[in-house]
Formats: sequence, structure tokens, C-alpha cells
Amino acid sequence: MTEMKISHAPSHAPLWPSIAALVLATGYLIALLAVEEQTLIIGLLAAAVVVVVAANYFGGFGAVGRSFAAHEGAFSLSAIIAAFAVAAYFHDNHFVLLLVVTVILYIVATLGLNVQFGYSGIVNFAGASFFGVGAYTSAVLTAHTAVPTLLVVPIGGVCAALIGSLLLLPVLRTRGHYAALVTIAFALLFKTFLEVNDVLGGPQGLQVGGMNILGWSFNDNWSIGSIDLSFYLNYFLLSMLLLIGAFVLVRRLERSWIGLNLDALRLDETAAGCFGLNIARWKIVSFTLGNLLIGMAGALFGMVGSFIAPNNYTFADSLILVSILLLGGIGNVWGVIVATIIVVIVPEKLQTIQEYRFLLYASLVIAVLLFRPDGLLPRPVRRYFPGAQP
Amino acid sequence: MDVGLIAQYIMNGLMLGTMYALVAVGFTLFFGVLDVIKFSHGDVLTVGAFVALATFGGLKAIGLDSQPILLVIMLVVAVFATALLGMVIARTMVLPLRSAPPLNTLLITLMLGTVLREMVRLFYPEGANPKPFPALLPSGSINIGQFNLRYDNLIMLAAGLGVIVGLQLLLNRTRLGLAIRAVAQDDETARTMGINFTVVVLITFAIGSGLAAFAGIMNGLYYNEINFGIGLLLGVIGFAAAILGGLGSIYGAILGGFLFAALQTIGAVALPFASAYKDVFAFTVVIIFMAWRPTGLIREKISERV
Repeated sequence: MTEMKISHAPSHAPLWPSIAALVLATGYLIALLAVEEQTLIIGLLAAAVVVVVAANYFGGFGAVGRSFAAHEGAFSLSAIIAAFAVAAYFHDNHFVLLLVVTVILYIVATLGLNVQFGYSGIVNFAGASFFGVGAYTSAVLTAHTAVPTLLVVPIGGVCAALIGSLLLLPVLRTRGHYAALVTIAFALLFKTFLEVNDVLGGPQGLQVGGMNILGWSFNDNWSIGSIDLSFYLNYFLLSMLLLIGAFVLVRRLERSWIGLNLDALRLDETAAGCFGLNIARWKIVSFTLGNLLIGMAGALFGMVGSFIAPNNYTFADSLILVSILLLGGIGNVWGVIVATIIVVIVPEKLQTIQEYRFLLYASLVIAVLLFRPDGLLPRPVRRYFPGAQP
Repeated sequence: MDVGLIAQYIMNGLMLGTMYALVAVGFTLFFGVLDVIKFSHGDVLTVGAFVALATFGGLKAIGLDSQPILLVIMLVVAVFATALLGMVIARTMVLPLRSAPPLNTLLITLMLGTVLREMVRLFYPEGANPKPFPALLPSGSINIGQFNLRYDNLIMLAAGLGVIVGLQLLLNRTRLGLAIRAVAQDDETARTMGINFTVVVLITFAIGSGLAAFAGIMNGLYYNEINFGIGLLLGVIGFAAAILGGLGSIYGAILGGFLFAALQTIGAVALPFASAYKDVFAFTVVIIFMAWRPTGLIREKISERV
């Protein structure tokens, strides 16, 4: 990021514009998820585009942005409540809840990618592969061992980080295009390996056992009083916990001195080295941490879907993860969340474009790179105190 | 091991090597003139192969049966189509991003590769399935012991080597080649000398992409089958080959192509379970090689301004 936009955020910006925007967005999301008819969905999506473009044109986002910048803590809390509101509204709807859980776990994975790509500038085109490492770990562990299922999630993350560490040497020694080739080669290798390896189910894939914490089986529906609840609600709660943990971690990391080091590393490796930063150390930290998050998300996602196959972890899927990051604005965690919601939900709801999603997102990224290289929500300039003038 | 069998392996290795060299030369040409890696190169190859297949279908439909004429027309159409595609890509995506961070060029060409690949998959009739590629070369063979020298392989090898030699001559003996080399060396000085930079870049992209179509058709004739994913595989291998030899050097790319094919052939002979794990082996070699020589055997000259 060569030129950073200076945002003027007076500390007295009111809270209500960002909350109002959040409420509107949540209401819209519920409507979009609830509607089944294709023409209505197209209408809703078109309406959203019109509203966003109009708000952008009339400067409505300025107030929201200032309010958000001044009260990020309160906004984060409200966003969590909003997520719970969406889940509560669809408490007995398996399909929608699965979609919501998918969004949440994809956000966790993209946060991991963001640490690598957005902060320290390590390109990783094998995101889906590390996601797959997590998922295959949970498949193997639930099928063949008695490891407590809650532990399977962190173990999946550790496995992804370990397999990622095999790539550390080439990643550390190469730069730019050359580093990209390493991860691309790995993504292709991983999928081919899964397909020809009979032990891991070959092209047919594997069954994954469900989560079970102290006798509380996640794959059973439950009910409070007379209200029936979908079993996906269990996974929603756990995924939310994972997301909140990952989000806090990534956000703290960004604002800490480690984040500063990573930024320096990304912006100019040579200069950072001249100032005495240990480049290799910070690259290892961010690559490993990123893969850990991606692997944890993948492990839980394997359990949620209860079935995995090599075709879910192709190079094209890795590119979708990268697309999310670019659409959202590299380095901006809130942008990542918005972009993930769009990228995961739209093709699921709009069945006609499901088949074309790779094509669509690749074209979208080309357009973004040509016309708005910083993404939908560009990463704002670093601010150390909420509301402080930069 | 029998001498005939060894000869067979060498022949296969040479075929693969020629194909890889053709792809690698494209990468090197683009890197030479613009200092960019065009990751969509492999998928341009796919487009070339599919254009050739579509041309074959069209010519068959109007009742053309002579195999040599069919092949020549397919080659010409595919090479021109991809050359045009290469120029369009350079004009609309690579040149406009010259001043942007190099990462953006990488991303945009990577995404463009996906677009091309998906277009072939979605819009070519039944593009998601592997397509049989017509055998248009004479099918006979000479048998020497266990060694089975097929005429079609011999012709392809000769044609491929001919194209590489032709490219050499073009680059070293013509005014256009001189201009390309001048731009590759220093584009500002080249411009001062009256070379039209944009035109030279576009022609270079056209040449590189045309070579990819040639390699794509060779690939189809060799395996008698093409699918929408061949370009991704060949692109990564071609890029690795180009790096193996050192990016920016034509000889390096050719050498790299044959080296990579040699590695693969040795891998296929030496590893007991090689046939299934052939690609896994190839990619592992790529990754290990990157760790060993991050910028290739002939190192790229890096000087950084701080």
C-alpha cells in the first residue's frame, strides 16, 4: 500500500450511524436468507447494489465510517449480537444455518490468509489446501482415534501449520512471483495427492465424525421448551467462539508492535532488514499463524459438513479465498467479513450462478484490480487510539 | 535394463522436454520484455488446444478429410487465435498495471487464467470432460528390439525443435528480434533509439502465446486427449522450467524444459509407484528446486534500490 488515505475521525462522532447501518444490513441479510424464489433474490441483490451505490454517491458512508472508527468496540459487540440474531431467526432451518456456519468458518480461514497476505505480504495460493489439511485431520482423528473431538480442531490447525512449515524454506528463500509458484505447486500437489492416495479415500473422499463434547452430541437436534432447534446451532455457537477468538487475536496482532513489524516487512523488506527486523522470524510467525487459523477452520468445517472429498480443496477454491481478501481490501479484517458474506452467500442463494462462481469471482477480481485496486473497503491508516486524529 | 527400453524413455523425455521448452520460452519472453510473470500462459495453451479441436470439428463438418491439410489449418487458426488473445491480454491487463505493485500483475494474470479455464469448462460443449484429440499424424512405427519409434512422435519432435530453432533465428537474425532484445535489455534506451515499445511488447506476447498453442496441439496429439486443466499443469511446469534455466534467457528456458522432462522421466523409471504419483513427484521437485535455487540455475541479476 503506497498511499494511505487519511481518514478524519473526530472522537465525538456519534455511535448511531454505524449501528443503524448494521441493523439495516442484518435485516437485509435475514431477508436474503429467508427468500427462496429466484426472481425475488435477484431483486433483493439489485436493490442492495442500488442502495450501496447511492449511499456511496451521497456520502452516506462517511458518517458510518467515522462512527465505526470512533466506536469500534461497541460496533464489534453489536456485530456479534447481529450474528446471533440471524441464527436465532433461522433456529430450525438446517440449510440457512449451515450457510451461516460456512460463512463464519470461511471468515476464520480468510483471517488466517489475511495475516499472511495482508500483513506480512506472503502470498499463499494454497489456502484451500491448508483448509483441507484441517478437514482431513478431523476425518482421520474422528474415525480412527478416541481423541476428544474438541481437541481435534486445534490439532487440525497444528497439522496445517506443520505441513505449511514444509514450505517454509522455499517460501522464505523466494520472493514475489517465485514464492507464488511454490504455493501454487503445493496446491496442485495436494489435490493430486489426495486423489491418488487410497488411504485417505481417494477421489471418493472420507466420512467425518461429528463434534461431541462430554456426551453432548453436536449432530442431534435439540429443543428449549417447545422450540425445536437445528443441530447446526451447536456448530454455530462453536464457530462463533472460534471466530471471536481468531478475530480478537488478529486485530490485536495488527495493532501490536508485531503488526507494525509485519507491515514494515510487507512494505519494504530491504528497509525493514536494514532497521534490524528479523525478516525470517516474522515471516515464519505470520505464515504459521495463518495456516493454524486456516487449519482450525478447516477441521471444524469438516465436522460440520460430515463429508469431505479432494474436489473441495482445489486450486480454484484457494483462488476464491484470495478473491475474498482482494474484494474486501487486503489487510482490512472488516472488509474480509463483508466480502466473505457476499462471496459465500450470493452463489448459494442464486442457484443459477452456482456453476459459474469461479468464473464470476475471477472476473470480479480482475475488475477490482483494474479499477479499485484497494478493494471494497480499503485498509485504513493505522490508528493507535480510537478516535484519535491521525 | 534393455537398451531399447532406455531409448524409449529417452524418446518420451525428449517429447515432453520439447513441449515444456515451448511453454517455458513464452514465460521467458514475457519476463524479458516486461519483467512480469504471466500466470495465464498455461491457460492460453488450453485455449489454443481447444480452438484447434473446434477447428477440426468445423472442418470435418464441411467434409475436409485430408489429414495434413486439416492439421495445418488447425495449427494456423490456433496459433493466430492465441497470438491475438496474448496481445489482448497484454494490452488490457499487463500494460495498464505496469506502474502498480508487481503482485497485482501476478494476481490479475492468475485470475485471468481462471477465467479462461472456466470459460473452456463451461462454454465449450461438454468442456468439463476430457476430449479425445484426433490422431492426425501417420501412425506407423519402426521397431528396433523393444524400441518402438513412432512416426508421429518423430514428426512432432522435429517440428517442435524446428520451431525452437526458428525462434532462435527470429530473435538473433532479424530486426524484430533485435528490437525485442533491445527492449528486454533496457526499455528506456530502446525507446530513445526509436523502437516502438508497445508494438514490440505486443508482438512478443503474440509470439509467446502462439508458441503455447503449438505446444497445446503437440500435447493433444501426444496424449490423444485434452481437458480444460492441461494448461494449469503445463503452465506450472513451464514456469518451473523457465526458472530452472534462469528467467529471461531463451537458452535457459529450453535447457530447463529438457531438464525438467529428464527429472520426470527419471522419476517415472526410478520410483516404484510412479505412474499414479507422477504429478505429485513433479510438483515436489518444483518446490524443492525453489528452495535450493530461488531464482534458477542461472541466477537472475538482482540489484535493489533502497
